[in-house]
Amino acid sequence: MEFADALLVSIVTASTPLLLAAIGELIVERSGVLNLGVEGMMIIGAVCSFAASLTSGNPYIGILAGMLGGLLMSLLFAFLTLGLAANQYATGLALSLLGLGLSGMIGEAFVGTPGIKLPTLDIPLLSDIPVIGNAIFNQDILFYIAILLVVGVSWFLFKTRWGLILRAVGENHNSAHALGYNVNRVRLFAVLFGGVCAGLSGSYLSMVYTNLWIENMTAGRGWIALALVVFSSWLPGRAAVGAYLFGSVLILQFHAQGAGWAVPSQLLSALPYIATIIALIFISRNRNVTRVNTPSCLGQAFVPDR
Amino acid sequence: MRLELQKRNAPSKRMALLSPVMAIILTLITGAIMFKLLGFDASKALFVYFVEPLLDSWSLQELVVKASPLILIAVGLTICYRSNNWNIGAEGQFTIGAICGSILPIMFPEWQNYAVFPIMLAMGALGGALFAYIPALLKNRFATNEILTSLMLTYVGLLLLDYLVRGPWKDPEGYNFPESRLFHDYALAPSIIEGGRMHIGAIFALVAAIVVFILFIRTLKGFEIKVIGETPRAGNFAGFSQQKMTIFAFLVSGALTGLAGILEVSGPIGQLRPTISPGYGFTAIIVAFLGRLNPIGAVFAGLLLALSYLGGEAAQVDLGVSEKTAKAFQGILLFYVLACDTLINYRIRVIWTKKNAQIKEAA
Repeated sequence: MEFADALLVSIVTASTPLLLAAIGELIVERSGVLNLGVEGMMIIGAVCSFAASLTSGNPYIGILAGMLGGLLMSLLFAFLTLGLAANQYATGLALSLLGLGLSGMIGEAFVGTPGIKLPTLDIPLLSDIPVIGNAIFNQDILFYIAILLVVGVSWFLFKTRWGLILRAVGENHNSAHALGYNVNRVRLFAVLFGGVCAGLSGSYLSMVYTNLWIENMTAGRGWIALALVVFSSWLPGRAAVGAYLFGSVLILQFHAQGAGWAVPSQLLSALPYIATIIALIFISRNRNVTRVNTPSCLGQAFVPDR
Repeated sequence: MRLELQKRNAPSKRMALLSPVMAIILTLITGAIMFKLLGFDASKALFVYFVEPLLDSWSLQELVVKASPLILIAVGLTICYRSNNWNIGAEGQFTIGAICGSILPIMFPEWQNYAVFPIMLAMGALGGALFAYIPALLKNRFATNEILTSLMLTYVGLLLLDYLVRGPWKDPEGYNFPESRLFHDYALAPSIIEGGRMHIGAIFALVAAIVVFILFIRTLKGFEIKVIGETPRAGNFAGFSQQKMTIFAFLVSGALTGLAGILEVSGPIGQLRPTISPGYGFTAIIVAFLGRLNPIGAVFAGLLLALSYLGGEAAQVDLGVSEKTAKAFQGILLFYVLACDTLINYRIRVIWTKKNAQIKEAA
């Protein structure tokens, strides 16, 4: 029983940052923008929340700082890709490189300092359910936010007028423009939402997952989140399932090491990356699955004719 | 206030030359502000960062040593990016190239003669090319996104190196340090200046840049790259195969990157270690863009970014500025490059909201 609980808790901990970032990027991509800078926004979120929570002593200020950091990074991205119609691929890469560089600089003062841990919120009664109770109903606020985001984004995309507009902008920006919608404004909000989510994901890493600031601590999670969006074929529910699957693979390495498997630790560490590649092959191979939901204008800049 | 883009009738040639220069100036201004905020004398800091390394012959050689891998990798990337193949896994291909090239001096150290070094280079290039072949193959066969697969493979490559130098390839006489045995003399890259740090890699970088430049402007292949990159549909009508182009771009870029990898370990390092690159594979992306995806441009851009590495080290020693500022500078530079590139195809107009509101009122 205790083992099952520990396993579930560790899976949830490994999955939540992936889910947060993926759900944000899902909205961004649905609006037709491909932001490859998730890794950069995430690590800036991580260092901002670590620094802010440590200096203020309040973990919730840390979360706000993480959101703000992600937001500012995504604003930079939006300025270039939406304002200046720069290449989205290259700008996203630039955002990742800048994020890794800046965070290393900001975080240098905090290396080796233990941080502030985000407290868990125990939901009475529900957390006493055997096996799953502790893992699901005795979590920190970011976990609950992630779950709410999955439900909220699902509802927003498919049940609201604004969700429809967002999808229209991503499917065919010329038509959406002709109908009178401000394509780049819709995309701006989508990109900013993605930035906030990536920032939250970073907060989770530095305040729950490790509770320490380590340079390059995102270790490719931003990229895995991007892969998750493809894997989910742009559906929030599937993104959640995917995140928990990936989280399980991420956590497998620790449990395998604990169980004393005679495999080099590096092979186990490589598993999540290899799993990502295999998952991408699996999902991309079946073009019918991807084609239905891939936003047609993904990655294309929109400059209104004048 | 908002920005409005007006498409130019034709791309501006003047802006194509000016945009990298503007980007560099803007980066320097940003750098000055950043140093000021950190509480340093801005002009002195910039001097230490970007001028001092150019003042003595030792650091000039070091500049070339650091620029060579950047140029080699970036030249390959220009082929990829021009043909719309987003290979961002150069760091992994660099590592695999280094590993494959090191097989001879590490596993057969007793085999020492003049054939060793050329074989090492060939094996390094081959290793890098084969590793880059994986994302290309997956892209063609399964339509997987090459950005994600090439990046994921980078982590796999880095972990493989880590495994080798801590496990089977660890130097038996190395006091348990995670390092391979030192390469014997025949396996080391010959230096250009007697006793200097500058090695033969610089020549490879220059030759690669010139060859690829000629490929772009003088050959059918170069034309094919251009057509497929700019208008894939036209490429299809012309009978150019996008799939074959993907394979070609990844193979060439992987080979050049792998070559850079083996040159780095046989040159400045002289053995395999857990970390053999200060992020050359990623910085080369910036080099490729700063050089406007032109191989000759990449030579200058490579030298500039190598300077940022050196400047970072110098600033740490002289001023106590963290050398991590170098990475931040590099990121900022790429942003400015991309922003200034907009000016090539568009005129930018700033429109004040007030005026806009008046128009609305009038309507």
